[in-house]
Amino acid sequence: MSSKFSINALHLYYGEFHALKNITLDIPEHEITALIGPSGCGKSTFLKTLNRMNDLEEGVRIEGQVTLDGTDIYKDMDAIELRKRVGMVFQQPNPFPKSIYENVAYGPRINGIHRKQELDEIVERSLRQAAIWDELKDRLNKSALGLSGGQQQRLCIARTLAVEPEVILMDEPTSALDPISTSRIEDLAIDLKDKYTIVIVTHNMQQASRISDNTAFFLLGELIEYNNTERLFSIPADKRTEDYITGRFG
Amino acid sequence: MSERFRKEYAGRGLVTLCGLLIIALTLAIGAFLIYQGTGTFYKFHHSLFEFLFSSNWSPMDNATEGGGHVGSAVYIAGSLMTCGLALLIAAPFSIGAAVFMTEISPKWGTRLLQPAVEIFVGIPSVVYGWIGLTILVPFIRDVFHAKMGGYSVLAAGIVLAVMIFPTITTVAADSIRSVPDYYRKAAYGLGSTRWQTIYKIVLPAAKTGILTGVILGLSRAFGEALAVAMVIGKTRAFPKNILSPTNNLTAAIAADMGNSASGGEQNMALWTMALLLYVISMIFIVLIHALGKERKE
Repeated sequence: MSSKFSINALHLYYGEFHALKNITLDIPEHEITALIGPSGCGKSTFLKTLNRMNDLEEGVRIEGQVTLDGTDIYKDMDAIELRKRVGMVFQQPNPFPKSIYENVAYGPRINGIHRKQELDEIVERSLRQAAIWDELKDRLNKSALGLSGGQQQRLCIARTLAVEPEVILMDEPTSALDPISTSRIEDLAIDLKDKYTIVIVTHNMQQASRISDNTAFFLLGELIEYNNTERLFSIPADKRTEDYITGRFG
Repeated sequence: MSERFRKEYAGRGLVTLCGLLIIALTLAIGAFLIYQGTGTFYKFHHSLFEFLFSSNWSPMDNATEGGGHVGSAVYIAGSLMTCGLALLIAAPFSIGAAVFMTEISPKWGTRLLQPAVEIFVGIPSVVYGWIGLTILVPFIRDVFHAKMGGYSVLAAGIVLAVMIFPTITTVAADSIRSVPDYYRKAAYGLGSTRWQTIYKIVLPAAKTGILTGVILGLSRAFGEALAVAMVIGKTRAFPKNILSPTNNLTAAIAADMGNSASGGEQNMALWTMALLLYVISMIFIVLIHALGKERKE
């Protein structure tokens, strides 16, 4: 399996604070990679380096190299173009205060697609891919804010899919959801990995072991262990990983 | 009863009284305006249609006799045109400034622009009028060769635009600031540029608040008398274009209220104009509340 992202000796600083320390790992294509670790370990920060969302925050400094299909995303790529290829789903479902249809059509529209028929097709395809078409097809013109949290999150996934990204970053996408919505999103992630590369931050270890192919364990800004998920959970190489996954801290 | 309870009741009584007083005062002003303002119709038997749509303004200035004409269409048109023009000028600038101080450069915005805007609010209207009279009127005369020496709808519109600019800017900026950050993040995450994020997501999300600012500005423009009176030319004729002079409701009331016999036709007609302004500001307030409700939902 080839690598989608290659991260080499990545350091990230918030002002004086050294938030990510010498991270090196490869993220394989068409697999689900989970990032786990206690709060404040840097897993979300690391996720945001992959689509340069950290650029929006003040005082962030990055050293090292992150490549997407071999291209350095910090040196040789425009952040706007990058984010079209690397979509993101956030912790809190954050649909726009617009109709369901307009939420999904937003991405295609800013990419210059304006023909009604084409947009209709994209909206339907994206909602189907996000397994929410049947629930929403009769209320496409209703406000997205009227949906339940789980529906909103799947709508946000559909909105991301509508841009046809190659990678989807998910930042604790189920932490605000109930168990049924959570399992729907997990099933969805597994369905989507055939077409997309998925990187998911989670503080739920069961979730990581259920859905991911690879797992990276972060602690205090360092990458402690990165391995095939099954191996990492059954025979962790590092004592700290073992302590974390057996629930002894964090 | 203990001392503590007595103080409790005294305090409560005092603030209740203040509240009731304000309500009573508002109602009393409204009632008085309705009483005075409707005299034109029931005492001197003019029609509402004549008052609103006729431009024949020649009321009798005598407490008992009527028989003149009270067509106020020129003043009403003057108010509408100057305010409309002011809004046309001020709204884009204000919204632009609000976007700049919230989205583009919050540091500059809070350190420089916000205080500057606040100073604008505090300048008395006579100062705006005087500056308009000294700079704007000659400028319009020289540049456009306006007939009445620069006194014009344009001059009034510009002066009003400057006066309502801070109102719209402040309210719009507050509204933009209150747009949750996760909308911006979602937009950036989908590959939006900053402009796309502002134009397609932030401004639509803030639109009811921005509209509230626009209406507040508009109601200020409608109520302004002095500054407008100084630059509008005060001629009783419809303006041919924005370079012609005309008159408006507030300036007409201010000019003639002291010279009209109390209870006379002219006096009553002026009160009717005041009532009209009161009704307009009521409509604006109802609109603002309706918008506020929509925003909460």
